[in-house]
Amino acid sequence: MADNLIEVRNLVKHFEVSKSLFSRNKKIVKAVDGISFDIKAGETLGLVGQSGCGKTTTARSLCLLDPKTSGNINFYNPDSQNMESFDNINEDGLKTFRRNIQMIFQDPYESLNPRWTIKDIIKEPLDIHNIGSLSEREEAIIEILRTVGLTPPENYLGRYPHEISGGQRQRVSIARTLVMKPKFVVCDEPTSMLDVSIRISIMDLMLNLAKELEVSYLYITHDLAVARYMCNRIAVMFNGKIVEIAETEELLQNPIHPYTKRLISSIPIPDPSFNREKYLINFDELDKIISNNPDEKMVDIGGGHFVATHNTKEFFIES
Amino acid sequence: MENENFDRDIKATIKKNWRLFKQSRLGMTGLGIVVFFGFLSILQPLLFLTGIWDEGIYHPVVGYDAEKVGRTIVECPTQYPTKEYQQEGDCPRVDEVNIRYLKAFNIEGEVGEIYESNVQPAPPSSRHILGTDSLGRDIFSQIMEGSQVAFVLGLISAIIGVGISTLLGTAAAFYGGVLDTYLMRQSDLVLMLPTLPFLFIISAFAELQIWHLAVVLGTIGGLGGSVITVKSQALQVKVKPFVDSARITGGSKRRIMFSHILPNVAPLALLFMVFSVTGAIASESVLSFLGLLNIDMSWGIMIYLAQAEGFIFTGLKYWWLILPAGLSVTLLAGGFYLVGRGLDDVFNPRLRRR
Repeated sequence: MADNLIEVRNLVKHFEVSKSLFSRNKKIVKAVDGISFDIKAGETLGLVGQSGCGKTTTARSLCLLDPKTSGNINFYNPDSQNMESFDNINEDGLKTFRRNIQMIFQDPYESLNPRWTIKDIIKEPLDIHNIGSLSEREEAIIEILRTVGLTPPENYLGRYPHEISGGQRQRVSIARTLVMKPKFVVCDEPTSMLDVSIRISIMDLMLNLAKELEVSYLYITHDLAVARYMCNRIAVMFNGKIVEIAETEELLQNPIHPYTKRLISSIPIPDPSFNREKYLINFDELDKIISNNPDEKMVDIGGGHFVATHNTKEFFIES
Repeated sequence: MENENFDRDIKATIKKNWRLFKQSRLGMTGLGIVVFFGFLSILQPLLFLTGIWDEGIYHPVVGYDAEKVGRTIVECPTQYPTKEYQQEGDCPRVDEVNIRYLKAFNIEGEVGEIYESNVQPAPPSSRHILGTDSLGRDIFSQIMEGSQVAFVLGLISAIIGVGISTLLGTAAAFYGGVLDTYLMRQSDLVLMLPTLPFLFIISAFAELQIWHLAVVLGTIGGLGGSVITVKSQALQVKVKPFVDSARITGGSKRRIMFSHILPNVAPLALLFMVFSVTGAIASESVLSFLGLLNIDMSWGIMIYLAQAEGFIFTGLKYWWLILPAGLSVTLLAGGFYLVGRGLDDVFNPRLRRR
């Protein structure tokens, strides 16, 4: 088995805005601007960053929902036992890819077709890929419902999404995602719209399933506490670039990049008497420096801890 | 077990939507009106089949009833106003006959006597509850025939129109690009097209049967503004995560369009269908009134006949020739509109009162 399941190299995704008939100069939003990372088999990589930094765009490019502008994505094809690039993928490869890469969405209220029953929703991937006979599909549905903790499964088969709660819906999403036993699942903030008491049970479920079914996750979140609970490694994103990537504990204990430090210092602590030192930075200055150094390389500072080496002193505000 | 569950759920959904619909008083009023006219249009063939009505007498087009009506003979004054009559048009009243008129035809009679004649149009009686027209045909039977025409025309044109606008609107939203631009400009053009003058021109070139009219009205309605509305709804559905989810799983474009987008656009399309029935019924009346349609009987033709024979200018003296047909057009068109408003409450969650 190959070491890496997914290799992303210099992924770039630009959006053109104000594409008017008469304006010569198109405005370009650099949503994702040259990011690289690997995901190993069975590993969970967290992708954290503030709103609008390109986390979801990365996820959508990875799932081939939106075409990437440039860069390269390779994935491990279990059929040919090789790393294959997305660019020269053939029909069969695409099918294998679609079967092995799935996505869990943020909003459990919008990610299930309101006019379909739970059974139809979970059955759709099996229908599309023509897996098993009809009775085998039924069995698979019942089994996966039991696996995600919707018991007894018969009670849920005929229901519609609006008849079950938010946590149950997210379990249905997970069931739909995992019913084909994919190797890699992109999770786009799957717990951010659930209330806290349900959140932990959904996260535990996902962790258990990862072990049971040998699934790797790309876990997108803006909550470092969630990332710490779920992920083996964490990548920190800022304005379309990855600024730091390391093992979870290493990143949280020993952040190097100022943006990571700022992010960690902003975690609220449920203790009013505790006064943590705020680490403040000038985001405009940071943005300017990053966009002025487009070829900045990530430097390995040991133990798989990579950090972007910007001239960090210039935008550091003493608090 | 599963099927039972499924059936129960469908029943529950229908029950829930019915409860929501029942809350809307407008919708229920409209439904009552539509059901009433539906009942009328079914009742007529049943009456003929069971023999309660004789087709020779009650047929809306070729029926004839020489009903004897007794009318008092009066002598109309030469100068107005008098004690009994305000102005010249008042004499003779509907139940009176002028003695000078009888003398002109050499008929014997004295003032104050009852003169029996088979006059048309006869006022409402127990035999003809809405009277007869000037050819001795039963008005109530004509109303029933007219409601059949209205239902057939309205429903055919609505189904055609909604079919076209749903398909085109969804396709425009889904494929975008050139197709979208073309369809949107086309619907702008059709929107600007004045429907009635356009129909006049068509009827000048071709003899319009009722189903021709249904197809033309359906096509114009289907290509017009409803394409834009359906497209905007489809665009909203298209960006929902469950569509992305189907794409990631590898669903084909056809599958996404027919299993994901269309079912979620369908309620809006149904709403349009109900509203377009209203337009079709009104257009039919206008065209029949102008004598541009080749059909035997309809509400528009009833009003046309009353007008052509001069009864429309007699005020309410011959009310049974004008009011039933006019009210039927207004009521049924309004009834469908109100049903649409009620359905709006059901399908549009923002309008829902909790």
